[in-house]
Amino acid sequence: MAEPQDAARVFVELADALVGPLDVVDFLHLLTDRSGSLLGARATGLALADQRGSLQLMARAGEADPAAFLEQQLLSGPGRDVFTTGVAVVDVDLEAVLERWPALAGAAREAAPGRVTAVPLRWRGTVLGSLAVLVPVQVRLSRGDVAVGQALADVATLGLLQARSTQEQTALSEQLQTALQDRIVVEQAKGVVAATTGTPIREAFRRLRRTARRRGVPLTELAAAVVDGRLDEDLLDGS
Amino acid sequence: MAARTVAGILAEIGRGSPDAAELTRRLAESCAEALPASGAGLSLTTPDGPVGVLAATAGIGAAVEELQVTLGVGPCRDAWASGRPALHADLSASGTARWPAFVTGAAAAGVRAVFAFPVRVGGVRLGVLDVSRTRVGPLDTAELATALSYADAAVAVLVHLQADHGVRGGTPPAVTLIEDSAEVHQATGMVSVQAVVDVSQALGLLQARAFSSGRTLREVARDVVSGAVSFSRTDDGIDDR
Repeated sequence: MAEPQDAARVFVELADALVGPLDVVDFLHLLTDRSGSLLGARATGLALADQRGSLQLMARAGEADPAAFLEQQLLSGPGRDVFTTGVAVVDVDLEAVLERWPALAGAAREAAPGRVTAVPLRWRGTVLGSLAVLVPVQVRLSRGDVAVGQALADVATLGLLQARSTQEQTALSEQLQTALQDRIVVEQAKGVVAATTGTPIREAFRRLRRTARRRGVPLTELAAAVVDGRLDEDLLDGS
Repeated sequence: MAARTVAGILAEIGRGSPDAAELTRRLAESCAEALPASGAGLSLTTPDGPVGVLAATAGIGAAVEELQVTLGVGPCRDAWASGRPALHADLSASGTARWPAFVTGAAAAGVRAVFAFPVRVGGVRLGVLDVSRTRVGPLDTAELATALSYADAAVAVLVHLQADHGVRGGTPPAVTLIEDSAEVHQATGMVSVQAVVDVSQALGLLQARAFSSGRTLREVARDVVSGAVSFSRTDDGIDDR
């Protein structure tokens, strides 16, 4: 279905989009739209997993009812399976959908007729989401088409890695930095307690954890106080 | 030679299912390969400065990271402090006045040029990417663009690892990766008690001891933790600030 020169043009367009300043929402819409046209789909949907591991539809293109179906199948259906297994689901027709995922019956009938193919967005073995297309029932996607679909999903992944929203990037970076600082202050506190009490590092750590529990405070909070020079008396107690 | 793109770098290093350690190792290796005659190293930073090495290529890459960890000065720290690249195409020319000990140590390892790039997300300074070379001379336009792409790729990798961890829980991967610097931080705590100084001064004492005895910071830290080396108030004389 996808002509080589059309595919090439789409990939060049997406590669160009990746080099410039990247708006992730625009990029995902562009990719979803182009994927649909390239594969002759009635509807296309791209979904990403949030922090809790639930899939959210980020971009959709094509006819309304099929797109609604693609949204549903993220909760239970090919799109969901692709996310949890990391393995593509190819060319599933309506009958098969009804059989494997009965919960989709209603949405499937509204969107009918058609075939669903979903591929994973993955990087270094982690699945970030899925890209799904609903094509007309008489269309069979060739192996080449599925490969094109996977390649499009791969491009989407690279775009995502580079350009999460600034808020998300900043939030994650701050999380990372805080985790690092917390770890360092705990190690420093072990040293402070060890030197003060004349005990080995392992014992110092035991006392820190024990005192934090007794006082009902987080370990990192106690550690910060210790490094700051405020040594809780309980830490001097060896029991 | 055309500059590498961030997408191209991420596609290359993400092949298969590398774990966090392998991923950062590949980033450093790929960077060193993309820039002729060079080594690369990636370190993490906090508001207190560089705190550990995530990955470094064998040879000059690792040597430069080790020197900066032990001495606590160098282009890496400068790039972190300023938030801008620190480019030293001729290390002995531009660096001798700033950090003579670092230049001497680097020269002994065969390093003639160092280019340090901040790895940052807006105001959050996550780390520094160091590129070192065995020959004098600046990075040309394409090489500079490539190095900046690697710094951006490092951001993507670190942010991805953090996001991925968020879904799975446990210790953040970036923290696990610098676990081998735990002894340095423990020793810092111990020395702060022994010499009656704050932790940043304590680190300075450790670094001074490492430098004057020709050993790495990690080696001195290990000795402090085991009790073989200890400080006392009078030792403060090394740096009486």
